[in-house]
Amino acid sequence: MTESVDTPPVGEARASQPVPRTTWRRQLLRWEVFLLLVIAADFALDVHLSPYFLSAETLSDVTFNFTEKALVALPMALLIIAGEIDISVAANMALVSVCMGQLATQTASLSAIVGCAVAVGLLAGAFNGVLVTRWRVPAIVATIGTMSLYRGLAYGILGDRVLKDYPPGFAFFGQGYVAGPLSFELLLFTLAAVLCALYLHRTEFGVRLVAIGCNKTAAELAGVRVDRYRFGLFVATGVASAVASVLLTSRLGSTRPSIAQGMELDIISMVILGGVAITGGRGSIPGVVLAAILTGLVIFGLGLINVPGVVMSLLMGALLILIVGLPIVGQRLACARAHAQPGGR
Amino acid sequence: MRAKPFGMHPGALRHNAGLALLTAMLFVAVAGRYRQFASATALRDCFDDTSILILLALGQMLVMLTRAIDLSVAATVALTGMCVALINQAMPGVAVPWLVLSAALLGATLGAVNGLLAWQLRIPPIVITLGTLAIYRGATYLVSSGRWVNSGDMSPQFLSLVRERWGGVTLLSWLAIAAVLLTACFLRYSATGRTLYAAGSNPDAARYVGVDAGRAQCLAFVFNGGVAGLCGYLWVARYAVAYTDIAGGFELTVIAACVIGGVSIAGGSGTVLGVLLGCLFLGVIKNALPLLGVSPFWQMAISGAVIVTAAVLSAAGVRGAQRQRILESSP
Repeated sequence: MTESVDTPPVGEARASQPVPRTTWRRQLLRWEVFLLLVIAADFALDVHLSPYFLSAETLSDVTFNFTEKALVALPMALLIIAGEIDISVAANMALVSVCMGQLATQTASLSAIVGCAVAVGLLAGAFNGVLVTRWRVPAIVATIGTMSLYRGLAYGILGDRVLKDYPPGFAFFGQGYVAGPLSFELLLFTLAAVLCALYLHRTEFGVRLVAIGCNKTAAELAGVRVDRYRFGLFVATGVASAVASVLLTSRLGSTRPSIAQGMELDIISMVILGGVAITGGRGSIPGVVLAAILTGLVIFGLGLINVPGVVMSLLMGALLILIVGLPIVGQRLACARAHAQPGGR
Repeated sequence: MRAKPFGMHPGALRHNAGLALLTAMLFVAVAGRYRQFASATALRDCFDDTSILILLALGQMLVMLTRAIDLSVAATVALTGMCVALINQAMPGVAVPWLVLSAALLGATLGAVNGLLAWQLRIPPIVITLGTLAIYRGATYLVSSGRWVNSGDMSPQFLSLVRERWGGVTLLSWLAIAAVLLTACFLRYSATGRTLYAAGSNPDAARYVGVDAGRAQCLAFVFNGGVAGLCGYLWVARYAVAYTDIAGGFELTVIAACVIGGVSIAGGSGTVLGVLLGCLFLGVIKNALPLLGVSPFWQMAISGAVIVTAAVLSAAGVRGAQRQRILESSP
């Protein structure tokens, strides 16, 4: 199955195909090495910028810049690999946060609050899944709609109020440390990353997922229950948004309806930066994890030199286009060179 | 070859008729309770309020026809709007038409950046415009250093041009009407217009008949950028203020109007009439809600619910049309 799905014939660089095909292992390795080099460069720059950078505490602080977004980026990567997308994640986080905050005014039970969060996120994700798999709405259209719907519900319920009646123990999720400088957020993210990586790269489910992303119809004809997978991925993304919302709300200590505004773009950027093809069918979890670390480092480095948030997102946008565009330019040049040789065509 | 009434496919015609009926019903329901909603003034105001959306949605439609999407429109509006506001503040003597022209040109340049990246590098448009969305918004902050340009800083001519009334209707509304007619003729009668449909409905087939789908995409991005640039001026002049976050998130409203209007996200299909109706539908809702006493905080949720419903209905319509086509083709 792996062979037929991922590995087109090697060595035949066809003239109509500007991208020379290689085995996915080599492609993966190249992309990850590329990301690692960029990370190393940024790391060196940060060390150069701040003498306090190389301490366990600072490095732990750096991780807070990406853990919440990256936690959603993991299932989002799976979703995009399967050829779908969810733009409503940030709005889902806001809705979850508002519901959680409302409940926190009634009860101080942590399990009830977290349970409510997960339930709301799950329902929101399932609604997206139903729209896409049952009512056949294209994912991008469906989630643009639900983005407006979920964010709108958050605004409708909360208006211009702020919720901050969280019980004292609630702060642990976003601010607590499990052991030494290892934060709860980082631990959760690491676990989720390992799980997702095993799921995608080591199980039959992962192979089917890639198959769906490559060719939905072919996968369906080959006996893959495409809709079940897609629905499951939307639910998983919803639940991950809920967990990220718990972490973010706990870290900020308060809920406004504008919480996590615009975060969907950061999350999707992170996934694409990780080498996941937006057209589906290709991508790796290690790539996404590296992209998350890179994002965290860049944001931290920019923070060190007092760059305002909107300029940070400018640079992240430029980085996204640059990192996606550069390899394409490189491949173009390589192709042109191959074609220039006699008999290259 | 079957006759196509009004030059539309039966599916599109059905969709547009349904949408028109829905909009009319909504309007009648509101106007029945609140007579002032049907007054000439209210109608004119409602259309004036929807005009920028109509302009942007027509531009977005061109892009969507070629199987691309432009998420950076609202950021383009902000950047061009901020630029002309700053020029006006620094040099109030420069005639306003020049500013309008430069806004459109700047917008077209920003669109060309998107278009060239899509055409030459073959990066998926959603990735490109996700990046340029952040870049243009950040550039807006950089050119203004985060300051606001208020109405006091702008020249009276700069502000009054959009409010100029000809025959009782504002220049802004006339622009929207002109854009609807122009786009309809462009898409119907010009070879370039047909190219956009061809490029989006089947890029491979388009290549065999000599249509470069990438070039068509690039062209659509340039047009859309030009329109967004023009809207940058219109937005700033109409709301009489320019700051970094103007039109924040408006790209989604624009795309929603297109989707409700029946423009396919997969490219190649969509009608100008549908987009116009989609915009009017959203415009009527937006103007009716405050009248009905709905808290502004609930408005976003309601328009979200409307978008989801419209998307579901439209998806069902597409499936129905497909089923019918299969039935018709069988002997």
